[in-house]
Amino acid sequence: MSSARKLVIAGVAAIAAVVMTGCGEKAQVIVYEQGKYQGKPDTKPWENEPGASLYTTSKWSKADKSSWESALRSRNQNQNEYVRVGE
Amino acid sequence: MARMKFLCDAERCIECNGCVTACKQENEVPWGVNRRRVVTLNDGVPGEKSISVACMHCSDAPCMAVCPVDCFYRTEEGVVLHDKDMCIGCGYCFYACPFGAPQFPQAGAFGMRGKMDKCTFCAGGPEADNSKEEFAKYGSNRLAQGKLPACAEMCSTKALLGGDGNVIADIFRDRALKRGKGAEVWGWSTAYGKPGNPQQQAPKGAKS
Repeated sequence: MSSARKLVIAGVAAIAAVVMTGCGEKAQVIVYEQGKYQGKPDTKPWENEPGASLYTTSKWSKADKSSWESALRSRNQNQNEYVRVGE
Repeated sequence: MARMKFLCDAERCIECNGCVTACKQENEVPWGVNRRRVVTLNDGVPGEKSISVACMHCSDAPCMAVCPVDCFYRTEEGVVLHDKDMCIGCGYCFYACPFGAPQFPQAGAFGMRGKMDKCTFCAGGPEADNSKEEFAKYGSNRLAQGKLPACAEMCSTKALLGGDGNVIADIFRDRALKRGKGAEVWGWSTAYGKPGNPQQQAPKGAKS
């Protein structure tokens, strides 16, 4: 068998393998597990850059939950008019 | 640990629907879906009371319990969210929720129910924070921007409080102590006076 023919056979085999992979079928139905959330994972709000948003005065350190919480706590005081406008 | 909650002060709510409008605008909620609404008891009768209602982000949420595909999850800060990619629009959560929070868009033919939509406490959903995909499916993610829900921040009379449960409970307790109760809640001195001077009288000729 000539080397050219070997090359053609190898090429056809490789292409066939790729095509056959494309024809494969993978499961499209989620296997539900009772009582367990299986959706996409969500990111935590404090994992964002604090400066990513316009018009916000809140400042915290990225990935620092306690600093994010304290930023929100101080912002919460805007809803307390005894603090906002004084007594 | 923060546990996000809403609290509506029925003595202050004036049924202006500012919270409803703020929510609609902030999250671009489609027509027919009301994430938040104002309920009035004894409407038109003296002493009527209004309260703004949305998802209360229950600590033991019935919607989570009944969902057949378990598309709900609770975030670390106590917000109940769901994955719309998993929701099958069955409506079980609507029947389970005591507040009528879950909403279903009726865009399709034959009154077909779409995927459930509800208040997210302005915390978006399980997509990249502040991404276009997240906004399209769940609306604005204000928590990731260091902000609180638009409805509570926009409330003109500050009847609707939203944020860490302990903080808003403190604000409400402080307010309730300063304004008194029952008939003391109303009148000139409460509306225009200062809490330190509850005996302040209306000027002569002023209408009470």
